[in-house]
Amino acid sequence: MTNLTDLTVAEIRDGFRAGDFSAREVATSFNANVAAAKALNAFIVETPEKALEAADAADKAKAAGETLGALSGVPIGMKDLFCTEGTQTTAASHMLEGFVPTYESTVSGKLWAAGAGMLGKLNLDQFAMGSSNETSYYGNVISPWRRAGGDNAALAPGGSSGGSSSAISARLCPAATGTDTGGSIRQPAAFTGISGIKPTYGRCSRWGIVAFASSLDQAGPMARTVRDNAILLEVMAGFDPKDSTSLDLAVPQWEANLSSDLRGKTVGIPKEYRPDGLNAEISAMWDRGIAWLKDAGAEVVEVSLPHTKYALPTYYIIAPAEASSNLARYDGVRYGQRDLPDGAGLQDMYAATRAAGFGPEVKRRIMIGTYVLSAGFYDAYYTQAQKVRALIARDFELAFETCDILLTPTAPSAAFALGEKQADPLAMYLNDVFTVPASLAGLPAMAVPGGLDSAGLPIGLQIIGKALDEQTVLNASLAIEERSGFAARPDKWW
Amino acid sequence: MSIDLQTVKKIASLSRISVTDAEAEAMVPEFNNILGWVEQLGEVDVTGVEPMTAVIPNHQRLRVDAVTDGNVRDKVLANAPQAEHGFFAVPKVIE
Repeated sequence: MTNLTDLTVAEIRDGFRAGDFSAREVATSFNANVAAAKALNAFIVETPEKALEAADAADKAKAAGETLGALSGVPIGMKDLFCTEGTQTTAASHMLEGFVPTYESTVSGKLWAAGAGMLGKLNLDQFAMGSSNETSYYGNVISPWRRAGGDNAALAPGGSSGGSSSAISARLCPAATGTDTGGSIRQPAAFTGISGIKPTYGRCSRWGIVAFASSLDQAGPMARTVRDNAILLEVMAGFDPKDSTSLDLAVPQWEANLSSDLRGKTVGIPKEYRPDGLNAEISAMWDRGIAWLKDAGAEVVEVSLPHTKYALPTYYIIAPAEASSNLARYDGVRYGQRDLPDGAGLQDMYAATRAAGFGPEVKRRIMIGTYVLSAGFYDAYYTQAQKVRALIARDFELAFETCDILLTPTAPSAAFALGEKQADPLAMYLNDVFTVPASLAGLPAMAVPGGLDSAGLPIGLQIIGKALDEQTVLNASLAIEERSGFAARPDKWW
Repeated sequence: MSIDLQTVKKIASLSRISVTDAEAEAMVPEFNNILGWVEQLGEVDVTGVEPMTAVIPNHQRLRVDAVTDGNVRDKVLANAPQAEHGFFAVPKVIE
Protein backbone atom coordinates (compact mmCIF):
# COMPACT_ATOMS: atom_id res chain seq x y z
CA MET A 1 0.00 0.00 0.00
CA THR A 2 1.26 3.44 -0.91
CA ASN A 3 2.33 5.62 1.95
CA LEU A 4 -0.30 8.34 1.57
CA THR A 5 1.86 11.00 3.21
CA ASP A 6 4.47 10.59 0.46
CA LEU A 7 1.98 11.64 -2.22
CA THR A 8 1.92 15.04 -3.86
CA VAL A 9 -1.17 17.24 -3.93
CA ALA A 10 -1.84 16.20 -7.53
CA GLU A 11 -1.50 12.50 -6.64
CA ILE A 12 -3.83 12.86 -3.64
CA ARG A 13 -6.39 14.76 -5.69
CA ASP A 14 -6.31 12.28 -8.56
CA GLY A 15 -6.09 9.15 -6.40
CA PHE A 16 -9.04 10.28 -4.31
CA ARG A 17 -11.09 10.92 -7.43
CA ALA A 18 -10.12 7.55 -8.89
CA GLY A 19 -11.19 5.83 -5.68
CA ASP A 20 -7.71 4.51 -4.82
CA PHE A 21 -8.19 5.73 -1.25
CA SER A 22 -10.67 7.81 0.72
CA ALA A 23 -10.14 11.39 1.83
CA ARG A 24 -10.52 10.19 5.40
CA GLU A 25 -7.59 7.79 4.98
CA VAL A 26 -5.45 10.65 3.70
CA ALA A 27 -6.42 13.00 6.53
CA THR A 28 -5.89 10.30 9.14
CA SER A 29 -2.40 9.57 7.80
CA PHE A 30 -1.33 13.20 7.86
CA ASN A 31 -2.91 13.78 11.28
CA ALA A 32 -0.79 10.91 12.59
CA ASN A 33 2.39 12.41 11.13
CA VAL A 34 1.58 15.80 12.63
CA ALA A 35 0.91 14.29 16.05
CA ALA A 36 4.21 12.39 15.96
CA ALA A 37 6.37 15.39 15.01
CA LYS A 38 6.20 17.61 18.07
CA ALA A 39 10.00 17.80 18.07
CA LEU A 40 9.88 19.99 14.95
CA ASN A 41 7.51 22.49 16.61
CA ALA A 42 6.07 23.25 13.17
CA PHE A 43 2.51 23.79 14.38
CA ILE A 44 1.20 26.30 16.92
CA VAL A 45 -2.27 24.74 16.87
CA GLU A 46 -3.16 21.30 15.48
CA THR A 47 -6.64 20.85 14.08
CA PRO A 48 -7.02 17.15 13.24
CA GLU A 49 -10.80 17.47 13.58
CA LYS A 50 -10.90 20.13 10.85
CA ALA A 51 -8.91 17.88 8.52
CA LEU A 52 -11.29 14.99 9.18
CA GLU A 53 -14.36 17.17 8.78
CA ALA A 54 -13.24 18.33 5.32
CA ALA A 55 -12.26 14.78 4.40
CA ASP A 56 -15.66 13.41 5.39
CA ALA A 57 -17.36 16.14 3.38
CA ALA A 58 -15.20 15.19 0.38
CA ASP A 59 -15.95 11.47 0.76
CA LYS A 60 -19.65 12.22 1.06
CA ALA A 61 -19.65 14.50 -1.98
CA LYS A 62 -17.85 11.85 -4.01
CA ALA A 63 -20.24 9.12 -2.92
CA ALA A 64 -23.18 11.32 -3.88
CA GLY A 65 -21.66 12.00 -7.29
CA GLU A 66 -21.44 15.72 -6.63
CA THR A 67 -18.93 17.98 -8.39
CA LEU A 68 -15.69 17.92 -6.42
CA GLY A 69 -13.64 20.99 -5.58
CA ALA A 70 -10.14 21.51 -6.98
CA LEU A 71 -8.67 20.43 -3.63
CA SER A 72 -11.27 17.91 -2.49
CA GLY A 73 -9.60 15.30 -0.34
CA VAL A 74 -6.38 17.31 0.13
CA PRO A 75 -5.37 18.36 3.66
CA ILE A 76 -3.00 21.32 3.99
CA GLY A 77 -1.22 23.39 6.62
CA MET A 78 -2.16 27.04 7.18
CA LYS A 79 0.50 29.57 8.17
CA ASP A 80 -0.65 31.17 11.41
CA LEU A 81 -0.70 34.59 9.76
CA PHE A 82 -4.04 33.87 8.04
CA CYS A 83 -7.13 34.60 10.11
CA THR A 84 -9.17 31.43 10.47
CA GLU A 85 -12.67 31.76 11.86
CA GLY A 86 -12.97 30.01 15.20
CA THR A 87 -9.31 28.90 15.30
CA GLN A 88 -6.69 30.88 17.20
CA THR A 89 -4.54 33.12 14.99
CA THR A 90 -1.42 34.53 16.65
CA ALA A 91 1.15 35.56 14.00
CA ALA A 92 3.45 33.65 16.40
CA SER A 93 3.19 36.56 18.85
CA HIS A 94 2.30 36.83 22.52
CA MET A 95 0.32 39.94 21.54
CA LEU A 96 -2.30 37.85 19.72
CA GLU A 97 -2.24 34.85 22.04
CA GLY A 98 -5.84 33.72 22.44
CA PHE A 99 -7.10 35.79 19.49
CA VAL A 100 -9.86 33.79 17.81
CA PRO A 101 -10.94 35.52 14.59
CA THR A 102 -14.64 35.91 13.94
CA TYR A 103 -13.97 35.92 10.21
CA GLU A 104 -11.97 34.00 7.62
CA SER A 105 -9.18 35.41 5.45
CA THR A 106 -10.05 35.49 1.76
CA VAL A 107 -7.22 33.14 0.75
CA SER A 108 -7.89 30.52 3.43
CA GLY A 109 -11.61 30.76 2.69
CA LYS A 110 -10.97 30.01 -0.99
CA LEU A 111 -8.90 26.96 -0.05
CA TRP A 112 -11.61 25.55 2.23
CA ALA A 113 -14.26 26.29 -0.40
CA ALA A 114 -12.21 24.24 -2.88
CA GLY A 115 -12.40 21.28 -0.52
CA ALA A 116 -9.06 21.50 1.29
CA GLY A 117 -8.94 20.54 4.96
CA MET A 118 -6.88 22.21 7.68
CA LEU A 119 -4.28 20.13 9.53
CA GLY A 120 -3.34 23.04 11.76
CA LYS A 121 -1.86 26.52 12.10
CA LEU A 122 1.81 26.62 11.23
CA ASN A 123 4.50 28.33 13.28
CA LEU A 124 6.41 31.28 11.80
CA ASP A 125 8.66 34.15 12.72
CA GLN A 126 6.78 36.58 14.94
CA PHE A 127 4.61 38.83 12.72
CA ALA A 128 6.55 37.25 9.81
CA MET A 129 9.68 39.18 10.80
CA GLY A 130 12.71 36.93 10.55
CA SER A 131 14.64 34.60 8.30
CA SER A 132 15.22 31.62 10.60
CA ASN A 133 12.03 31.08 12.59
CA GLU A 134 13.80 32.04 15.81
CA THR A 135 11.54 34.97 16.67
CA SER A 136 8.33 33.00 17.33
CA TYR A 137 6.86 33.40 20.80
CA TYR A 138 5.98 29.70 20.58
CA GLY A 139 9.57 28.54 20.17
CA ASN A 140 11.90 27.81 17.26
CA VAL A 141 10.80 25.61 14.42
CA ILE A 142 13.40 22.93 13.74
CA SER A 143 14.25 21.83 10.23
CA PRO A 144 13.86 18.08 9.63
CA TRP A 145 17.18 18.26 7.75
CA ARG A 146 20.51 17.55 9.43
CA ARG A 147 24.02 17.87 8.10
CA ALA A 148 25.60 14.65 6.91
CA GLY A 149 28.26 13.02 9.01
CA GLY A 150 26.54 12.82 12.38
CA ASP A 151 26.40 16.56 13.09
CA ASN A 152 23.10 16.81 14.91
CA ALA A 153 22.99 20.60 15.18
CA ALA A 154 19.43 21.88 14.92
CA LEU A 155 19.12 23.72 11.62
CA ALA A 156 16.93 26.67 10.69
CA PRO A 157 13.97 25.86 8.42
CA GLY A 158 14.22 29.42 7.08
CA GLY A 159 11.73 32.16 7.72
CA SER A 160 9.34 33.53 8.07
CA SER A 161 7.29 30.61 6.68
CA GLY A 162 9.46 28.11 8.60
CA GLY A 163 6.62 26.04 10.03
CA SER A 164 5.31 25.60 6.49
CA SER A 165 8.69 24.55 5.06
CA SER A 166 9.54 22.23 7.93
CA ALA A 167 6.13 20.54 7.85
CA ILE A 168 6.13 19.98 4.10
CA SER A 169 9.65 18.55 3.93
CA ALA A 170 8.90 16.29 6.91
CA ARG A 171 5.71 15.02 5.20
CA LEU A 172 3.40 16.47 7.85
CA CYS A 173 1.38 18.06 5.06
CA PRO A 174 1.56 17.84 1.27
CA ALA A 175 1.33 21.62 0.89
CA ALA A 176 0.87 24.76 2.94
CA THR A 177 0.27 28.45 2.62
CA GLY A 178 3.07 30.92 3.03
CA THR A 179 3.42 34.65 2.86
CA ASP A 180 6.35 36.50 1.36
CA THR A 181 7.35 40.06 2.19
CA GLY A 182 11.07 39.91 1.39
CA GLY A 183 11.62 36.20 0.77
CA SER A 184 9.52 34.48 3.43
CA ILE A 185 8.25 31.80 1.03
CA ARG A 186 11.33 31.37 -1.14
CA GLN A 187 14.14 31.25 1.43
CA PRO A 188 12.44 28.63 3.69
CA ALA A 189 11.61 26.59 0.58
CA ALA A 190 15.28 26.67 -0.44
CA PHE A 191 16.45 25.69 3.06
CA THR A 192 14.23 22.60 3.14
CA GLY A 193 14.35 21.33 -0.44
CA ILE A 194 10.80 22.22 -1.47
CA SER A 195 9.21 24.70 -3.91
CA GLY A 196 7.25 27.86 -3.30
CA ILE A 197 6.01 30.76 -5.38
CA LYS A 198 5.37 34.37 -4.50
CA PRO A 199 2.96 35.55 -7.18
CA THR A 200 2.76 39.05 -8.63
CA TYR A 201 1.80 41.61 -5.97
CA GLY A 202 -2.00 41.84 -6.02
CA ARG A 203 -2.73 38.30 -7.29
CA CYS A 204 -3.72 37.00 -3.84
CA SER A 205 -5.93 39.02 -1.56
CA ARG A 206 -4.29 40.31 1.61
CA TRP A 207 -7.65 40.54 3.38
CA GLY A 208 -7.55 38.71 6.67
CA ILE A 209 -3.78 38.18 6.63
CA VAL A 210 -2.06 39.77 9.63
CA ALA A 211 -0.30 42.74 8.00
CA PHE A 212 3.45 43.29 8.14
CA ALA A 213 4.44 45.56 5.22
CA SER A 214 1.40 46.06 3.04
CA SER A 215 3.14 47.17 -0.17
CA LEU A 216 5.22 43.98 -0.12
CA ASP A 217 3.10 41.27 1.55
CA GLN A 218 1.89 38.52 -0.80
CA ALA A 219 0.45 35.11 -0.04
CA GLY A 220 1.55 32.09 -2.01
CA PRO A 221 1.70 28.31 -1.87
CA MET A 222 4.53 26.00 -0.78
CA ALA A 223 4.69 22.34 -1.78
CA ARG A 224 7.08 19.68 -2.99
CA THR A 225 6.46 20.06 -6.72
CA VAL A 226 5.93 22.85 -9.22
CA ARG A 227 2.63 21.31 -10.32
CA ASP A 228 1.33 21.34 -6.74
CA ASN A 229 2.21 25.00 -6.46
CA ALA A 230 0.28 25.72 -9.66
CA ILE A 231 -2.75 23.83 -8.34
CA LEU A 232 -2.80 25.75 -5.06
CA LEU A 233 -2.06 29.14 -6.56
CA GLU A 234 -5.02 28.81 -8.92
CA VAL A 235 -7.27 28.41 -5.90
CA MET A 236 -5.62 31.13 -3.79
CA ALA A 237 -5.46 33.87 -6.45
CA GLY A 238 -8.27 36.06 -7.68
CA PHE A 239 -9.86 39.46 -7.34
CA ASP A 240 -11.15 40.52 -3.94
CA PRO A 241 -12.97 43.83 -3.55
CA LYS A 242 -12.01 43.79 0.14
CA ASP A 243 -8.34 44.41 -0.74
CA SER A 244 -7.77 47.75 -2.45
CA THR A 245 -4.57 46.47 -4.09
CA SER A 246 -6.13 43.24 -5.37
CA LEU A 247 -5.80 42.91 -9.14
CA ASP A 248 -9.10 42.62 -11.00
CA LEU A 249 -7.88 39.98 -13.43
CA ALA A 250 -8.99 36.48 -14.35
CA VAL A 251 -6.93 33.68 -12.79
CA PRO A 252 -4.96 31.85 -15.52
CA GLN A 253 -5.05 28.07 -15.81
CA TRP A 254 -1.51 27.65 -14.61
CA GLU A 255 -1.64 23.90 -14.09
CA ALA A 256 -3.17 23.09 -17.48
CA ASN A 257 -0.59 25.29 -19.21
CA LEU A 258 2.47 23.84 -17.51
CA SER A 259 5.19 23.07 -20.03
CA SER A 260 8.90 22.62 -19.54
CA ASP A 261 9.61 23.33 -23.19
CA LEU A 262 11.44 26.66 -23.04
CA ARG A 263 12.23 27.02 -26.76
CA GLY A 264 11.81 30.65 -27.75
CA LYS A 265 12.35 31.88 -24.18
CA THR A 266 15.34 33.90 -23.07
CA VAL A 267 16.77 33.60 -19.57
CA GLY A 268 18.65 36.55 -18.09
CA ILE A 269 21.52 36.00 -15.67
CA PRO A 270 21.96 39.15 -13.58
CA LYS A 271 25.66 39.70 -13.12
CA GLU A 272 25.20 41.66 -9.88
CA TYR A 273 23.88 38.49 -8.20
CA ARG A 274 27.34 36.95 -8.42
CA PRO A 275 29.31 39.09 -5.98
CA ASP A 276 32.88 38.35 -4.97
CA GLY A 277 32.84 35.78 -2.24
CA LEU A 278 29.62 34.08 -3.34
CA ASN A 279 29.55 30.59 -1.79
CA ALA A 280 31.24 28.26 -4.32
CA GLU A 281 28.57 25.58 -4.03
CA ILE A 282 25.78 28.10 -4.58
CA SER A 283 27.68 29.42 -7.58
CA ALA A 284 28.15 25.90 -9.01
CA MET A 285 24.44 25.17 -8.51
CA TRP A 286 23.61 28.33 -10.41
CA ASP A 287 25.80 27.16 -13.31
CA ARG A 288 23.98 23.82 -13.33
CA GLY A 289 20.69 25.70 -13.44
CA ILE A 290 21.87 27.65 -16.46
CA ALA A 291 22.78 24.40 -18.22
CA TRP A 292 19.38 22.87 -17.38
CA LEU A 293 17.48 25.82 -18.83
CA LYS A 294 19.62 25.72 -21.98
CA ASP A 295 18.84 22.03 -22.22
CA ALA A 296 15.14 22.92 -22.04
CA GLY A 297 15.58 25.05 -25.13
CA ALA A 298 16.05 28.51 -23.62
CA GLU A 299 18.60 31.06 -24.72
CA VAL A 300 20.73 32.50 -21.94
CA VAL A 301 21.97 36.10 -21.84
CA GLU A 302 23.74 38.16 -19.22
CA VAL A 303 21.76 41.13 -17.91
CA SER A 304 22.51 43.94 -15.49
CA LEU A 305 20.44 45.10 -12.51
CA PRO A 306 22.72 47.93 -11.41
CA HIS A 307 20.84 48.93 -8.24
CA THR A 308 20.83 45.43 -6.73
CA LYS A 309 23.20 46.30 -3.90
CA TYR A 310 20.75 48.93 -2.67
CA ALA A 311 17.78 46.57 -2.49
CA LEU A 312 18.40 45.33 1.05
CA PRO A 313 18.91 48.75 2.66
CA THR A 314 15.84 49.98 0.75
CA TYR A 315 13.82 47.06 2.05
CA TYR A 316 14.99 47.61 5.62
CA ILE A 317 13.65 51.16 5.50
CA ILE A 318 10.35 50.49 3.73
CA ALA A 319 9.34 47.27 5.50
CA PRO A 320 9.92 48.61 9.05
CA ALA A 321 8.24 51.90 8.13
CA GLU A 322 5.11 50.07 7.00
CA ALA A 323 5.33 47.71 9.97
CA SER A 324 5.47 50.58 12.44
CA SER A 325 2.23 51.87 10.96
CA ASN A 326 0.49 48.49 10.61
CA LEU A 327 1.38 47.31 14.09
CA ALA A 328 0.10 50.50 15.70
CA ARG A 329 -3.23 48.67 15.89
CA TYR A 330 -2.00 46.49 18.75
CA ASP A 331 -2.93 48.81 21.57
CA GLY A 332 -4.58 46.53 24.11
CA VAL A 333 -8.03 47.91 23.36
CA ARG A 334 -9.72 46.01 20.55
CA TYR A 335 -8.06 42.60 20.53
CA GLY A 336 -5.00 40.80 21.79
CA GLN A 337 -3.17 41.20 25.05
CA ARG A 338 -3.57 44.08 27.46
CA ASP A 339 -1.08 44.96 30.17
CA LEU A 340 -2.57 47.44 32.61
CA PRO A 341 -0.19 48.30 35.46
CA ASP A 342 -1.83 49.54 38.67
CA GLY A 343 -3.01 53.10 38.29
CA ALA A 344 -1.89 53.30 34.67
CA GLY A 345 -3.53 55.72 32.25
CA LEU A 346 -4.25 55.04 28.60
CA GLN A 347 -0.78 55.97 27.31
CA ASP A 348 0.92 53.85 29.98
CA MET A 349 -1.34 50.96 29.06
CA TYR A 350 -0.35 51.22 25.39
CA ALA A 351 3.36 51.27 26.22
CA ALA A 352 3.15 48.42 28.75
CA THR A 353 0.97 46.29 26.45
CA ARG A 354 3.33 46.71 23.52
CA ALA A 355 6.43 46.12 25.65
CA ALA A 356 4.99 42.83 26.91
CA GLY A 357 3.29 41.72 23.70
CA PHE A 358 6.06 42.17 21.11
CA GLY A 359 9.33 40.24 20.85
CA PRO A 360 12.71 41.95 20.41
CA GLU A 361 12.87 41.78 16.59
CA VAL A 362 9.34 43.17 16.25
CA LYS A 363 10.16 46.04 18.62
CA ARG A 364 13.38 46.71 16.72
CA ARG A 365 11.53 46.99 13.41
CA ILE A 366 8.70 49.11 14.79
CA MET A 367 11.23 51.51 16.29
CA ILE A 368 13.42 51.67 13.17
CA GLY A 369 10.25 52.34 11.18
CA THR A 370 9.12 55.01 13.61
CA TYR A 371 12.52 56.68 13.34
CA VAL A 372 12.69 56.73 9.53
CA LEU A 373 9.17 58.18 9.36
CA SER A 374 9.70 60.78 12.07
CA ALA A 375 9.76 64.52 11.44
CA GLY A 376 13.08 65.65 10.01
CA PHE A 377 14.13 62.18 8.81
CA TYR A 378 11.24 61.21 6.54
CA ASP A 379 12.74 62.57 3.32
CA ALA A 380 16.28 61.41 4.00
CA TYR A 381 15.20 57.84 4.68
CA TYR A 382 11.70 56.97 3.53
CA THR A 383 11.33 59.18 0.45
CA GLN A 384 14.86 58.32 -0.65
CA ALA A 385 14.09 54.62 -0.23
CA GLN A 386 10.92 54.89 -2.31
CA LYS A 387 12.93 56.61 -5.06
CA VAL A 388 15.60 53.91 -5.01
CA ARG A 389 12.79 51.36 -5.06
CA ALA A 390 11.54 52.94 -8.29
CA LEU A 391 15.07 52.57 -9.74
CA ILE A 392 15.21 48.91 -8.68
CA ALA A 393 11.87 48.28 -10.41
CA ARG A 394 13.17 50.09 -13.51
CA ASP A 395 16.26 47.85 -13.55
CA PHE A 396 13.94 44.86 -13.89
CA GLU A 397 11.86 46.54 -16.60
CA LEU A 398 14.98 47.24 -18.65
CA ALA A 399 16.31 43.72 -18.14
CA PHE A 400 13.01 42.24 -19.27
CA GLU A 401 13.38 44.04 -22.59
CA THR A 402 16.02 41.44 -23.47
CA CYS A 403 14.80 38.37 -21.57
CA ASP A 404 11.65 36.64 -20.31
CA ILE A 405 12.79 35.42 -16.90
CA LEU A 406 15.78 35.70 -14.59
CA LEU A 407 17.62 32.81 -12.97
CA THR A 408 19.43 33.44 -9.66
CA PRO A 409 20.27 31.60 -6.45
CA THR A 410 17.51 31.76 -3.81
CA ALA A 411 19.67 32.19 -0.71
CA PRO A 412 23.38 32.90 -0.25
CA SER A 413 23.94 29.63 1.64
CA ALA A 414 22.30 26.38 2.65
CA ALA A 415 20.47 26.29 6.00
CA PHE A 416 22.49 27.54 8.95
CA ALA A 417 22.29 26.28 12.50
CA LEU A 418 19.82 27.83 14.92
CA GLY A 419 21.53 30.48 17.00
CA GLU A 420 24.29 30.99 14.47
CA LYS A 421 23.15 34.37 13.17
CA GLN A 422 20.85 35.53 15.91
CA ALA A 423 23.32 37.75 17.71
CA ASP A 424 23.65 40.18 14.81
CA PRO A 425 20.39 41.42 13.26
CA LEU A 426 22.27 42.78 10.27
CA ALA A 427 23.87 39.41 9.43
CA MET A 428 20.39 37.88 9.50
CA TYR A 429 19.03 40.57 7.16
CA LEU A 430 21.70 39.72 4.56
CA ASN A 431 20.05 36.33 4.05
CA ASP A 432 17.39 38.01 1.94
CA VAL A 433 19.85 39.50 -0.55
CA PHE A 434 18.59 37.50 -3.56
CA THR A 435 14.88 37.52 -2.71
CA VAL A 436 14.24 41.12 -1.67
CA PRO A 437 14.70 42.82 -5.08
CA ALA A 438 11.77 40.96 -6.70
CA SER A 439 9.62 41.79 -3.66
CA LEU A 440 10.39 45.49 -3.98
CA ALA A 441 9.35 45.34 -7.64
CA GLY A 442 6.23 43.23 -6.96
CA LEU A 443 7.35 40.53 -9.41
CA PRO A 444 6.47 36.82 -9.33
CA ALA A 445 9.36 34.68 -8.12
CA MET A 446 9.70 31.01 -7.34
CA ALA A 447 12.15 28.86 -5.41
CA VAL A 448 12.82 25.37 -6.71
CA PRO A 449 15.30 22.82 -5.32
CA GLY A 450 18.45 22.16 -7.33
CA GLY A 451 20.35 19.60 -5.32
CA LEU A 452 22.31 18.96 -2.15
CA ASP A 453 25.53 20.65 -1.10
CA SER A 454 28.57 18.80 0.24
CA ALA A 455 27.05 18.78 3.73
CA GLY A 456 23.96 17.03 2.37
CA LEU A 457 21.70 20.06 2.67
CA PRO A 458 19.32 21.33 -0.03
CA ILE A 459 20.22 24.37 -2.09
CA GLY A 460 17.88 25.97 -4.55
CA LEU A 461 17.41 28.23 -7.49
CA GLN A 462 15.13 31.21 -7.98
CA ILE A 463 13.19 32.15 -11.09
CA ILE A 464 11.97 35.76 -11.31
CA GLY A 465 9.41 36.65 -13.96
CA LYS A 466 7.67 39.63 -15.49
CA ALA A 467 4.67 41.02 -13.66
CA LEU A 468 1.65 38.70 -14.15
CA ASP A 469 3.73 36.09 -15.97
CA GLU A 470 3.58 33.37 -13.33
CA GLN A 471 3.21 30.85 -16.15
CA THR A 472 6.74 31.29 -17.47
CA VAL A 473 8.07 31.27 -13.90
CA LEU A 474 6.31 27.97 -13.23
CA ASN A 475 7.39 26.51 -16.58
CA ALA A 476 11.06 27.35 -16.09
CA SER A 477 10.88 25.96 -12.55
CA LEU A 478 9.35 22.79 -13.96
CA ALA A 479 12.21 22.50 -16.44
CA ILE A 480 14.66 22.69 -13.53
CA GLU A 481 12.65 20.24 -11.45
CA GLU A 482 12.61 17.68 -14.28
CA ARG A 483 16.34 17.97 -14.86
CA SER A 484 17.60 18.17 -11.29
CA GLY A 485 15.81 14.95 -10.41
CA PHE A 486 15.75 16.23 -6.83
CA ALA A 487 14.28 13.47 -4.68
CA ALA A 488 16.27 13.86 -1.48
CA ARG A 489 14.34 13.90 1.79
CA PRO A 490 15.41 14.22 5.39
CA ASP A 491 16.01 11.02 7.33
CA LYS A 492 13.39 10.74 10.04
CA TRP A 493 14.83 11.45 13.50
CA TRP A 494 11.89 13.27 15.11
CA MET B 1 24.44 60.39 11.89
CA SER B 2 24.72 58.71 15.24
CA ILE B 3 21.89 57.82 17.57
CA ASP B 4 22.27 58.31 21.30
CA LEU B 5 20.44 56.93 24.31
CA GLN B 6 18.11 59.89 24.48
CA THR B 7 17.06 59.40 20.85
CA VAL B 8 16.37 55.70 21.43
CA LYS B 9 14.16 56.58 24.37
CA LYS B 10 12.34 59.17 22.28
CA ILE B 11 11.74 56.62 19.48
CA ALA B 12 10.47 54.13 22.05
CA SER B 13 8.09 56.74 23.40
CA LEU B 14 6.84 57.63 19.89
CA SER B 15 6.38 53.90 19.24
CA ARG B 16 4.43 53.51 22.50
CA ILE B 17 6.77 50.78 23.70
CA SER B 18 8.10 51.09 27.24
CA VAL B 19 11.78 50.21 27.51
CA THR B 20 14.05 49.93 30.53
CA ASP B 21 17.32 51.87 30.62
CA ALA B 22 19.23 48.64 30.06
CA GLU B 23 17.10 47.74 27.04
CA ALA B 24 17.50 51.21 25.57
CA GLU B 25 21.26 51.11 26.04
CA ALA B 26 21.48 47.76 24.25
CA MET B 27 19.52 49.22 21.35
CA VAL B 28 21.92 52.14 20.77
CA PRO B 29 24.66 50.15 18.98
CA GLU B 30 22.06 47.97 17.17
CA PHE B 31 20.27 50.98 15.76
CA ASN B 32 23.50 52.69 14.81
CA ASN B 33 24.58 49.56 13.01
CA ILE B 34 21.36 49.23 11.03
CA LEU B 35 20.94 52.93 10.30
CA GLY B 36 24.61 53.30 9.38
CA TRP B 37 24.11 50.52 6.87
CA VAL B 38 20.91 51.91 5.29
CA GLU B 39 22.52 55.34 4.96
CA GLN B 40 24.38 54.07 1.88
CA LEU B 41 21.15 54.86 0.00
CA GLY B 42 22.18 58.51 0.21
CA GLU B 43 24.85 57.90 -2.44
CA VAL B 44 22.29 56.89 -5.11
CA ASP B 45 21.58 59.59 -7.69
CA VAL B 46 17.80 59.95 -7.69
CA THR B 47 17.61 63.15 -9.71
CA GLY B 48 14.27 63.28 -11.47
CA VAL B 49 13.04 60.00 -9.95
CA GLU B 50 9.55 59.98 -8.47
CA PRO B 51 9.12 57.95 -5.26
CA MET B 52 7.33 54.68 -6.00
CA THR B 53 3.68 54.60 -5.01
CA ALA B 54 2.51 51.31 -6.52
CA VAL B 55 4.53 48.32 -7.71
CA ILE B 56 1.89 47.11 -10.15
CA PRO B 57 -0.18 49.75 -11.97
CA ASN B 58 -3.68 49.51 -10.58
CA HIS B 59 -6.49 52.01 -10.64
CA GLN B 60 -8.36 52.99 -7.53
CA ARG B 61 -11.80 51.48 -7.67
CA LEU B 62 -14.96 53.25 -6.61
CA ARG B 63 -17.94 51.47 -5.19
CA VAL B 64 -21.49 52.49 -4.56
CA ASP B 65 -21.71 54.54 -1.39
CA ALA B 66 -23.90 52.06 0.42
CA VAL B 67 -23.70 50.14 3.66
CA THR B 68 -22.56 46.60 2.86
CA ASP B 69 -21.88 45.20 6.29
CA GLY B 70 -22.41 45.96 9.94
CA ASN B 71 -24.67 44.73 12.71
CA VAL B 72 -21.86 42.57 14.03
CA ARG B 73 -21.18 44.40 17.30
CA ASP B 74 -20.71 41.27 19.34
CA LYS B 75 -18.25 39.86 16.82
CA VAL B 76 -16.28 43.10 16.85
CA LEU B 77 -16.10 43.00 20.64
CA ALA B 78 -15.50 39.25 20.91
CA ASN B 79 -11.72 39.54 21.23
CA ALA B 80 -11.56 42.75 23.29
CA PRO B 81 -9.51 42.49 26.49
CA GLN B 82 -12.34 44.36 28.20
CA ALA B 83 -15.77 45.08 26.76
CA GLU B 84 -18.66 46.55 28.73
CA HIS B 85 -22.21 47.47 27.75
CA GLY B 86 -21.41 46.96 24.08
CA PHE B 87 -18.31 49.16 24.13
CA PHE B 88 -14.55 48.77 24.34
CA ALA B 89 -13.47 49.68 27.86
CA VAL B 90 -10.27 51.60 28.57
CA PRO B 91 -8.72 53.22 31.65
CA LYS B 92 -10.13 56.61 32.59
CA VAL B 93 -8.77 59.26 30.19
CA ILE B 94 -10.35 62.42 31.65
CA GLU B 95 -9.53 63.42 35.21
